[in-house]
Amino acid sequence: MQFRTDRQRVRGLGTSGHGTGHWWSQRITSIALVPLTIVFLFPFVQALGGTWERVREVYAHPFNAVVAILFLAVGFRHLQQGIQVVIEDYVHDKPLLVTLLIANTLLTLAFAMTGIFSVAMIAFGA
Amino acid sequence: MADGNRSNRPLSPFMIGPYYRPQINSIMSICHRITGVGLALTGVLLVWWLLAAATGPGYFYFVDGLMTSWIGTLVMLVSLAALWYHFFSGIRHLVWDAGEGLDKSMIRPTGIAVLVATAVMTALTIVIALWG
Repeated sequence: MQFRTDRQRVRGLGTSGHGTGHWWSQRITSIALVPLTIVFLFPFVQALGGTWERVREVYAHPFNAVVAILFLAVGFRHLQQGIQVVIEDYVHDKPLLVTLLIANTLLTLAFAMTGIFSVAMIAFGA
Repeated sequence: MADGNRSNRPLSPFMIGPYYRPQINSIMSICHRITGVGLALTGVLLVWWLLAAATGPGYFYFVDGLMTSWIGTLVMLVSLAALWYHFFSGIRHLVWDAGEGLDKSMIRPTGIAVLVATAVMTALTIVIALWG
C-alpha cells in the first residue's frame, strides 16, 4: 500500500531540488525588467560612443543612476536564473553541474556588483 | 502520473527534429534561449564600459572605441535585436504563464507579432541612438 501522495514523492526532486521557487522568482525578475529595460536602454544608447563628460553627465543624474543600478541588479539576477536553467538542461555530470552552477552564481554577482559600483562612483562624482 | 518510469523519455531541448516537427513556435523558443545566453555576454561588455567610464577618460575612450568600432558596432546591433526579441518573446511567455494565448489559433499571430515588434523597436532604437 502506497501511503505517500504524488506530491510528497516528487517534492525536493528535479535538478535544482526547488524548481517552483526558482520558476516563480524568474517570472518576478522578468516582469521587473519590462519597464527597467525601456528606461535603461534609451539613455544608454545615446551615451554610447559619446564623450566621457557626456557619459558622466548621464549617470550623474539621480534618475538615470538609480535606473541603471536597478537594471544591473535585476538584470544580472535574471541572467543568473536563466543561465542556471540552461546549465541544468544540458550538463548531466553532477560534479561539473555543481561547479558550473557555483561559477554562474559568483560571476553574475561579481559583474552586477562591479557595474553597480561603477555607476555609484560616477553618480557620487568620484 | 506517479509511475516513476521517466528514464527513457526524450527531454525537451532534444525532442525537436527526431520526435517533434519544427515550426515557428519551437524555433522561436530556441531563439529565446540563444538570445538570453548571448545577452549575458553583452551584459559583461556593458559592465566593462561602465567600469571604464568610472575609471577615467583614457580607459573610457579605449573601451568605448572598441564598442563603437565596426566589429563592436556589429556586436551592439546584434545585441540590440537580441534584446528586443528576448523582451517581446519574454512578454509572450509571461502571457502563456498566465494561461492565456495558448490556443493553436493564437500561437502563430503572437509569434509574428513578436518578430514585427522586434524589428520596429530595433529600428527605432537605432534612430534614437543616432539622434543623441
